[in-house]
Amino acid sequence: MDLHHITAQQSPQTPDEVQTWEPGLAWLAGGTWLFSEPQPVLHTLLDMGNFNWPSLQAVEETGLEIAATCTIAQLHAFGGSTGVPASWQAFPLIQTCCESLQSSFKIWNEATVGGNLCLGLPAGALISLAVALEGTCVLWPRQDLPRSVSALEFVTGVQQTVLRPGELLRSIHLPASALRKQPAFRRFSQTQEGRSSALLIGTRCPVTAEILLTITAATVRPVQLRFATPPGARDLAASLEAAILPTAYFSDPHGTADHRRHLVHYFAPQIIEELA
Amino acid sequence: MVPGLSYSRPLSSAALSRNRPMQLTINGNPAEVAPRPGQCLRTLLREHGWYGVKKGCDAGDCGACTVWVDDNPVHSCLYPAFRAKDRHITTIEGLSPENGTLHPMQAQFLAAQGFQCGFCTAGTIMTAAAKGGAMRTPMERVLKGNLCRCTGYRAIRDAIEGRRHVQEDLPGASVGRSLGSPLGPALVTGQARFTADEPPLPGLLHLKVVRSPHAHAQVLAIRKEAALEVPGVHSIFTWEDVPQHRPFTSATHDDYHVDPDDTLMLDRVMRFVGQRVVLVAADSEQAAALACDKIEVDYEILPAVFDPEEAMRPDAPILHHGKDAASRISHPERNVLREIHGENGNVAAGFEEADVIVENTYATHRQPHVTLETHNSHSHLSPDGRLHVRTSSQTPFLTKVKLVYLFNLYPENLHVYTERVGGGFGGKQEVLTEDLCVLVTLKTGRPARWEFTREEEFTATTTRHPFRVKVKLGARRDGTLTAMSMRVVTNTGAYGNHGGEVLGHSLNEAFAVYRCPNKQADGYAVYTNCVPAGAFRGYGLTQTAYAVECAMDELASTLGMVPAALRRKNMIQPGDTLLSIWPHPGDLEIGSYGLAECLDLVEAALASGRGEPVPQSPEWCTGQGLALAMLDCGPPTEHRSEARIDLLANGSYQVAIGSAEFGSGSLTVQRQIAATVLGCPVESVKMVTADTDKTPYDTGTFASTGTLVGGGAVLAAAKVLKEQLLRLASRYTGQPIDSCQLSGAAVDCANHPLPLSELLARAEKEGHRLSAVRRAYAAPRSVAFNVHGFRVAVHRITGQVRILQSVHAADAGQVLNPMQCRGQVEGGVAQGIGWVLREDMQLTPEGRIANPTLRHFRIPAMADLPETEVYFAHTHDRIGPMGAKPMSESPVNPVAPALANAIANATGIRFTDLPLTAPRLYPTLAHRPTLPAQDIALS
Repeated sequence: MDLHHITAQQSPQTPDEVQTWEPGLAWLAGGTWLFSEPQPVLHTLLDMGNFNWPSLQAVEETGLEIAATCTIAQLHAFGGSTGVPASWQAFPLIQTCCESLQSSFKIWNEATVGGNLCLGLPAGALISLAVALEGTCVLWPRQDLPRSVSALEFVTGVQQTVLRPGELLRSIHLPASALRKQPAFRRFSQTQEGRSSALLIGTRCPVTAEILLTITAATVRPVQLRFATPPGARDLAASLEAAILPTAYFSDPHGTADHRRHLVHYFAPQIIEELA
Repeated sequence: MVPGLSYSRPLSSAALSRNRPMQLTINGNPAEVAPRPGQCLRTLLREHGWYGVKKGCDAGDCGACTVWVDDNPVHSCLYPAFRAKDRHITTIEGLSPENGTLHPMQAQFLAAQGFQCGFCTAGTIMTAAAKGGAMRTPMERVLKGNLCRCTGYRAIRDAIEGRRHVQEDLPGASVGRSLGSPLGPALVTGQARFTADEPPLPGLLHLKVVRSPHAHAQVLAIRKEAALEVPGVHSIFTWEDVPQHRPFTSATHDDYHVDPDDTLMLDRVMRFVGQRVVLVAADSEQAAALACDKIEVDYEILPAVFDPEEAMRPDAPILHHGKDAASRISHPERNVLREIHGENGNVAAGFEEADVIVENTYATHRQPHVTLETHNSHSHLSPDGRLHVRTSSQTPFLTKVKLVYLFNLYPENLHVYTERVGGGFGGKQEVLTEDLCVLVTLKTGRPARWEFTREEEFTATTTRHPFRVKVKLGARRDGTLTAMSMRVVTNTGAYGNHGGEVLGHSLNEAFAVYRCPNKQADGYAVYTNCVPAGAFRGYGLTQTAYAVECAMDELASTLGMVPAALRRKNMIQPGDTLLSIWPHPGDLEIGSYGLAECLDLVEAALASGRGEPVPQSPEWCTGQGLALAMLDCGPPTEHRSEARIDLLANGSYQVAIGSAEFGSGSLTVQRQIAATVLGCPVESVKMVTADTDKTPYDTGTFASTGTLVGGGAVLAAAKVLKEQLLRLASRYTGQPIDSCQLSGAAVDCANHPLPLSELLARAEKEGHRLSAVRRAYAAPRSVAFNVHGFRVAVHRITGQVRILQSVHAADAGQVLNPMQCRGQVEGGVAQGIGWVLREDMQLTPEGRIANPTLRHFRIPAMADLPETEVYFAHTHDRIGPMGAKPMSESPVNPVAPALANAIANATGIRFTDLPLTAPRLYPTLAHRPTLPAQDIALS
């Protein structure tokens, strides 16, 4: 929609051109969320379209570097490409997560991976991907030096992230060690191709057999549990109870908190069983 | 780091600033444009006249605005306009090659008629035809970003897969054939003009309103000074600018007395979140929107009530305090808009006689219409001083009457018309935008346009009435019904609109379809501080049919009978008098009877083994259910339509009729009726519709009247014209009239063809006018029947419902256009399934709608709907035109109870309250003792 409150739009060649920051400025990546709602508190859009960051860089030994500006269409296409290292067992999660978005391929043509993370929605399936594959986010503040945070820590609540005013998400790095793990995936949506009510991903390390269970969509922020050995049903349930307080389950028109909790407790044992 | 630029906030005078001009090409045409900062590509394209790019949601959810940017399909409402610099944009208008042929996908949509109202069609074609479109699979994933509210998607799927449904026309015998819509070619090429598709007139003012943030409040003060400072703002209107002594109702009926006069154009009292408070008229939508932000309103917040039972209690806040008898509110002091009590026979005695009694309370929820085209209208004065209103309405003539009343106009000075209307379903049987456009045009002399946002569609139009229905059925051991009673409480929201009529209708056919000597009901339509409810496909019957048909299954279960057998034992038979809770049958009769055949068809289909395979996991349980429904053919109050048919100089015909076309296909059928009588191809019949200047009066297209009444008028007029033509031809050729027959553009008189053009020329010389006008009424009325069946699987743990098979049988009398009639059935079924399984309009404790977007309120997408097997009973109605009965409204009615009955059959649990979503089902399912042991450990 037309954003009536926007009075200026600028297209810097590099992020460094923007050093001072004030409320009312917003980075514009794909724009697929920004243009989907009125933005009464914004007045200026800062277009990231000229940054020309390389979208995807895959190196077998180190992992996958995804630029924040990489479109979901590019990531999805990459996820279907052949010739990726055979050791990257978790690679199919890339397409599975893209396809878990409520949005269609037309949105993917413009929407970016970074945008999905920065929006910080519980159902942001690329958040699920980044967290499950132990990603690291590289952040570019306006004036300080770049910093890194884990994808798990990046989203702090519903539409809340660690980003400071004006700070950019530059890239997401998925380490090869995580890409080599065996994945398991469970998802529930109330509509067939709709928004996730619960999205759980498990990975099993081929070296240590450690299982990492990542819970998203059901909770207000990603939750990750680590098991050195596959837990029994009782231990697993206890771990979930300890890690996720009742108030940490998300409630919105796409699902209720109690149903989401129920789904998490239903899917988690299935993932453990699949990976054990 | 390089020295930083500082971006400080521009002055508000820059609000309408534009970026530097840039180049792009649109459909191969180079263009220089200067988009506004914050502008999206959709509005830029429309400003340049590419009206094939539609606004459905303006938020990237519906896909109606899909265009290609350098061959990549995008939602242009989300695409920043400035990014189109140096790009090649293709819209639906640029899809076909320049030689006038169609793109294959456009041709396929025509061949399968993959549309009804056609508002979503351009976006769907641009998606399916795009790189990465149709060749991707599965199709439901490709089209997850394209929403259609009319078709149920089967026709769209067939179009994309290249199936052909349109048949060849047979001149003089087109009735009964599957012919395409006359507007089809314009719809698939983006040339069809919907209400908003017109270049702005000079001086056009755009309207926006400030809406109430409170469910119940008194406006104390309005400060508009800051808003008037916004550049481009022309004027601001409040309650002080409209007559406070002229209440009206936004609902439209020929007899306005059936609805309450409880509404003011602008009021001092706010009765729901979303009510209009202040009106802004400005040179642009942007200026109007910015001005709305700057208007300050002081409110005294009043206690609010959202539940109709609570609203009837003595201590409840009163919504329409002090309104007198002239408002036609039954009991304003109790918030009761309308109260109805009726009894046939003796219900107490009937329950005494019963061996078995079942009683339960069922609740149905609010459902918005979600027409893809939002409500919008446009008004202007012509140099001769006449006022013209173009509107997205089902009732242009009634809208005219309403505006004449509101503004004290001479009727001859007002012209109301529709062009293509993008969906109705009852939601456009209201005056929701036209009044304020006219207010502005009359006050300022300037043209005015008001186009609702998608959010306004959810928060400020109308919905299906939420109902609470307590049903009690008594039967003898053999299943014979001895007594039926119900208590119905409906939530009409803040304003009455259709509330009284919906309540009355709801108490009729759900009971009348069964033989039972004792029937009784109490009904209450109650005001609350919710968004108003209104007319919606089914008109109250959908809700009571749900309750009664669920109760019938519960009765069958209690008696140990097969549900279909219980229905067979009690359902009406040919020749029966149709009685509900009133002692007199009125004008309703069984003009044809296909109910038994429909029930047989559905039962046989469910037993056939067709459908999706049954899931093998023990976590799924499966079951089946069905329900029936009867609908009166037309509204009970007088409904009339008039058609005029003229023979034109070239030997073709023009039919002028006031009924509106918004996707139900009445125009297509009316044309087939005329062509059949006049012995010509449908191409020779030009249709002019829904225009108070160009067509005779019509009560409006609602309550299933497009085929029945409109079609009836066309049939009558065509017969008269035919008679005139044959008589003259006989005289001119000297051949006996019995030997003359119409044949295309000539009259064949014993093998002497007389061209109609010659006949007309000669007749005109003699002073004859070859034109016929006839009227039709919706009385007496027949009844249509629908039966739906489902097989479902329910996941015992998650609560997910999967439809394995969906079957519908309809008694539409003689089916005038099978393809189109099937489409109407499928569309109704889709809305029914959506209502039960998906559509959950949530209210916050403050009375605000929590999910007023298509992203958070999910109407079914292609992936959410099964393909429904559709069957027609073989009947010929003695009342309807050419044996036909209406079939746009009724198919929705048996869907919800059939689905609920199937779920009850699968799970062993009766869920009484809609919607039946997973979060609402799972808690009960999870505690069923029938669950496998390993599943219990979950919670």
